[in-house]
Amino acid sequence: MELLSDAFVYLCAAVIAVPIANRLGLGSVLGYLIAGVVIGPVLGIVGSETTEVQHFAEFGVVMMLFLVGLELQPAVLWKMRKQLIGLGGLQVVGTTAVFAGIALAFGLAWQGALALGMILALSSTAIVLQTLNEKGWLKTQGGQSSFSVLLTQDIAVIPMLAVLPLLAVRHASGHDAAHSDGHGASGHEGGGAHGGEALAALPGWAQALVIFAVIIAIIIAGRHLLRPVFRFIAEAHLREIFTATALLLVIGIALLMDFVGLSPALGTFLAGVVLSDSDYRHELESDIEPFKGLLLGLFFLTVGAGIDFNLLFGAPVTIFGLALGLMAVKFALLFGLGTLFRLEGPDRWLFALGLAQAGEFAFVLFGFASSSGALEQSLLQTMTLVVAISMLLTPALFILYEKVVAPRASSKSVREPDVIDSKGRVVIVGMGRFGQIVGRLLLTSGYDVVILDHDPQTVENLSKVGMRTFYGDATRPDLLHAAGVGDADLFIAAIDDRDKQTLVVEHVAKTYPKVKILARARDRHHVYELENVGAHIAEREVFEGALALGRQALVALGSHPFRARTKAKEFRNHDFAMLDDLRENYNDGGVDKSYLDAMRAHAETLYEIMRVDRGEERHERTERGWNPPPKSDATLGLEPEGEESRG
Amino acid sequence: MFETAQAVQGVTAVDLYARYPDFNIDVDAEQAQLVEHDVIIFQHPLYWYSAPSIMKEWQDLVLEYGFAYGQHGHELDDKVFMNAVTTGAKHAAYSEEGMNHADLRSLLAPFEKTADLCRMKYLAPFVLFGAGRAVEEGRLDVHRNAYDDLLKALVAGRLDLEQAARTDVMTDVLDDFILKAEGV
Repeated sequence: MELLSDAFVYLCAAVIAVPIANRLGLGSVLGYLIAGVVIGPVLGIVGSETTEVQHFAEFGVVMMLFLVGLELQPAVLWKMRKQLIGLGGLQVVGTTAVFAGIALAFGLAWQGALALGMILALSSTAIVLQTLNEKGWLKTQGGQSSFSVLLTQDIAVIPMLAVLPLLAVRHASGHDAAHSDGHGASGHEGGGAHGGEALAALPGWAQALVIFAVIIAIIIAGRHLLRPVFRFIAEAHLREIFTATALLLVIGIALLMDFVGLSPALGTFLAGVVLSDSDYRHELESDIEPFKGLLLGLFFLTVGAGIDFNLLFGAPVTIFGLALGLMAVKFALLFGLGTLFRLEGPDRWLFALGLAQAGEFAFVLFGFASSSGALEQSLLQTMTLVVAISMLLTPALFILYEKVVAPRASSKSVREPDVIDSKGRVVIVGMGRFGQIVGRLLLTSGYDVVILDHDPQTVENLSKVGMRTFYGDATRPDLLHAAGVGDADLFIAAIDDRDKQTLVVEHVAKTYPKVKILARARDRHHVYELENVGAHIAEREVFEGALALGRQALVALGSHPFRARTKAKEFRNHDFAMLDDLRENYNDGGVDKSYLDAMRAHAETLYEIMRVDRGEERHERTERGWNPPPKSDATLGLEPEGEESRG
Repeated sequence: MFETAQAVQGVTAVDLYARYPDFNIDVDAEQAQLVEHDVIIFQHPLYWYSAPSIMKEWQDLVLEYGFAYGQHGHELDDKVFMNAVTTGAKHAAYSEEGMNHADLRSLLAPFEKTADLCRMKYLAPFVLFGAGRAVEEGRLDVHRNAYDDLLKALVAGRLDLEQAARTDVMTDVLDDFILKAEGV
């Protein structure tokens, strides 16, 4: 029962803390850490047994590296080699060197200093990637560079795992053995330090030979043996057995590596890379992913639970000072690298601010370092706190970027807006997926169109295909004026950002009452919103496209193409009628009861309209198509011998 | 000719292609409009001896069973129906001996039958033959003036419907059909 009650406590903590942390923009890793802090040092529900749990949970790291390996298709890596080796490599090596130097200055032995340097060079993939994704910054230059560096770091973990045991301070190993009994500090997965008992009897060259043979075996087996096995199992269509096979593979390789004295993480990583271009990659990924997620979560929970608060309260200034110092140094190095690699303006800031923390890998590597004796236990306690705090501060840095750096950068933007020297009857702002279609239609129909877009890349691409586009932010009144909105007949607002779009339409409607405003709307509510601020016509951006696809779906399901067209047409008619009807029920606050009632009523009529009735009932239908008159009508000459019929 | 029609008081001129560019015909609105009017004119060029496709679509959808025809379809009873047509070929082409081996009114039989089934009075088509050369030959203005007269007469009820129904075609000579204003 103890197992169940433990599981209950851990799961409870995770289920409560992680979603909240996520909502607050802290990311799941911090959620787990905080949950650990709460059940450990704060509430005291769990105590010393967490280190045992941590042992078990570290297997999540092994799985994570398997997944990292799976993600790393050699071909893709090869394409990114410049970014990875240049930017990423310099970041890892440079930061390692700087921190190792600082550690040396503080009097650490060179082994410890190097270990610490390597560990602190890593950033938090989990937090940063998630944030970049959420905010939509991943596609920016800064985001792409951050991604490359994070990927390099993930790969760099592998050699670090291999090197850490070598940094063991020999005389400390006895002390460490005693230590790991007491603290149980993540001994087993350390592998390199403890594994290899089986080979210990062999001479050094034979050990090396065995290790080499095992690696070759994994590569060959992965290429030629595992694929047929996976195919055989996949063909059985037993999902859980496929999952079991995937787990078996990971555990098996971990055991094998442990046996020959190599890091299990290294072995599974290798297996992952070998399987990364196989057909079963995605299936393996989705099978292992939940196990990895839970185990890693558990791992971070135990790290949180193990945080020594006495240490923090004993010397808060030192700890926070160290955390801030760590981030300042990383930031400075990253900023320099950004400059070196020609990142400009906000991109450089995003890159440097985003990666300035230490990462979750640090917790893992601290475990290794401690078991190999490369780092002192007391130092590790402190550094664990420092790393955790630096991660805790990361969301604040992103907020700093979002609220301070990005707006300032865009207001005195990197590139000055173009001077608009042409006039046209039509002004289009926003030349993305939507504006381009409108613009091309008008241009090819022979109208003079002035086009504005705020993305330099878009402007450049369009210019390449011969569409003259001006760079500039359409929310700036002076630019709109320069674009000649005052003299134009038509203003077409096709900005992707919903709020900006509304803002621009409102401004133009107020300032230039004569120009007709056509606007792209995100959805029905946005249509009303735009109309309320002065748009003359607002068209929902995805409606027609979705309808066209739906129509093709009907055809694919066997509908006659013309019948599918009729259905889609009826649906469209009804939807537009609803758009009109609901307009009065919509007020700025959004949706109230009358709106919902009206909507429900419309949904019911739609079902009526779309239902396919056959036979005599067809005349009851609201659908209007050509319907033959009923046979019962004697006035039409429809009786069997009749000679007259409707033309 | 559309402009001529537009200008006449009491005439509602509808450009179907403008009203329904996607052929998305609003059946209820069209039927309500029919009920409100006494005379229905299909004004169109002759495409393949018939009307352009949107007019056929309009007939298929708007002239519904139970509205326009059938036991309970009496909404159009006794209204007047007419085609106002322009053709490419000359008048002579539309005769037994001519290129088409038939006169225009017989070629327009589907319209006449439709009007019959809907219990409407069918008038002979009002036609501008050889429309392609009407401007050069100075016939367009004459025809437009005649159309103006015809529409005004229809609105005022001064058209001799019996006679207009019996003849083959009406062209720009309308003296036989239009009752003199004094006579009303």
